[in-house]
Amino acid sequence: MHQIACHECDLVQQIPPLPTRSTARCLRCGAVLLRSKSDSIDRTLAWTIAGLVLYAVATTFPFLAMKSGALVQHTALVSGVRSLYQQGETSLAILVFMTCILIPLIQMCGLLYVFIPLKMNLRVKYAIPVFRLFQHVKPWSMMEVYMLGILIAMVKLGKMATIVPGLAVVAFGLLIFALTFAASAVDARLVWERLGGKT
Amino acid sequence: MKVVHASARKLGLVSCQDCHLLVRWPELAGRQSASCPRCGSELHQRRPNSIARTWALVITAMIFYIPANILPMTITSTFGSKQGDTIISGIIYFIRNGSWGIALVIFTASVFVPLMKFVIMISLLLSVQFKSVWRPKDRTVLYRMTEAIGRWSMVDIFVVTILVALVKLGVLANIEAGPAALYFATVVVTTMIAAESFDPRLIWDVLEEADE
Repeated sequence: MHQIACHECDLVQQIPPLPTRSTARCLRCGAVLLRSKSDSIDRTLAWTIAGLVLYAVATTFPFLAMKSGALVQHTALVSGVRSLYQQGETSLAILVFMTCILIPLIQMCGLLYVFIPLKMNLRVKYAIPVFRLFQHVKPWSMMEVYMLGILIAMVKLGKMATIVPGLAVVAFGLLIFALTFAASAVDARLVWERLGGKT
Repeated sequence: MKVVHASARKLGLVSCQDCHLLVRWPELAGRQSASCPRCGSELHQRRPNSIARTWALVITAMIFYIPANILPMTITSTFGSKQGDTIISGIIYFIRNGSWGIALVIFTASVFVPLMKFVIMISLLLSVQFKSVWRPKDRTVLYRMTEAIGRWSMVDIFVVTILVALVKLGVLANIEAGPAALYFATVVVTTMIAAESFDPRLIWDVLEEADE
């Protein structure tokens, strides 16, 4: 038995060991208390490594190109951030850079830093603050929202020019799935028990 | 599942906000603080100054929402003539072009969601302050939705980012970010922080007080 207080309504509940791939919900407010995962560590690592490869492609290869008559304008993922910065919109540039480029990278590096030692049964310094950081930055990773932005921009410009999505857009789209699957494979309770001992 | 039917606070316990470890709440004197024995995060029975902080952030967001809607999000210059587009005029543009789906997506993300967030956060704050016992579960669900959906409002900012990167054809056509973009981004960020600073456990505290 495992005693836990609901993080949304503070009700204390006893949770029996869960069968794999099941969810425990709060009896009072319905919030998800625990989700048991199968092969959590292996799946997290696999999706994170896949994500990092896709990230490398998404940040280096051509992103979107716009063709209007003889004119072609090529862009990379960071081009938008650079253009905003050049127009004097420094805060906006930083915000977009953080939410779509830096935080996803921090998430993946953080997961590797925590999960490789877990896989190899090693103890590393700072694993606890790194995992806390991973949990805290999660809502600020907005790649999927950016993807929706790409689709809207393509429709918007579709009347005046042809938009050619590059390889990086495909990698970026797949990266969203890889990162989502990596994050959902994380069994936070398992991580905390392994990192901090069953207190 | 067996239920004790009491909150952690009532039982003299506190749940760590980061690792969810249930810890005995120590008696604190003066300016002392307690931290989680497992992960080191600072322990709070309820998020500190939750109501005041959330109010401040919601009001800030509402103030910034006004220039975000009045001022242009993008400034398009073609052959020397400049045209500013606000959030609303962008939506109207899509409707005129028959792109109803896109118009609906932008309207939802940029107009409907921020307004709903204001309404929901203010109702939650008032319901807690007036010690309402009305449908606590539904109010918690409303809070959960607000927390989950807020990020999608950023979509218009990202559209602007992509437009300014792509449309750089010199005198032919050029798009710049307008002043509303920063205001709107501030609205999204402050409402997200507002949702994070609100403590849904306050909704349930009233019920326990009413039980006694």
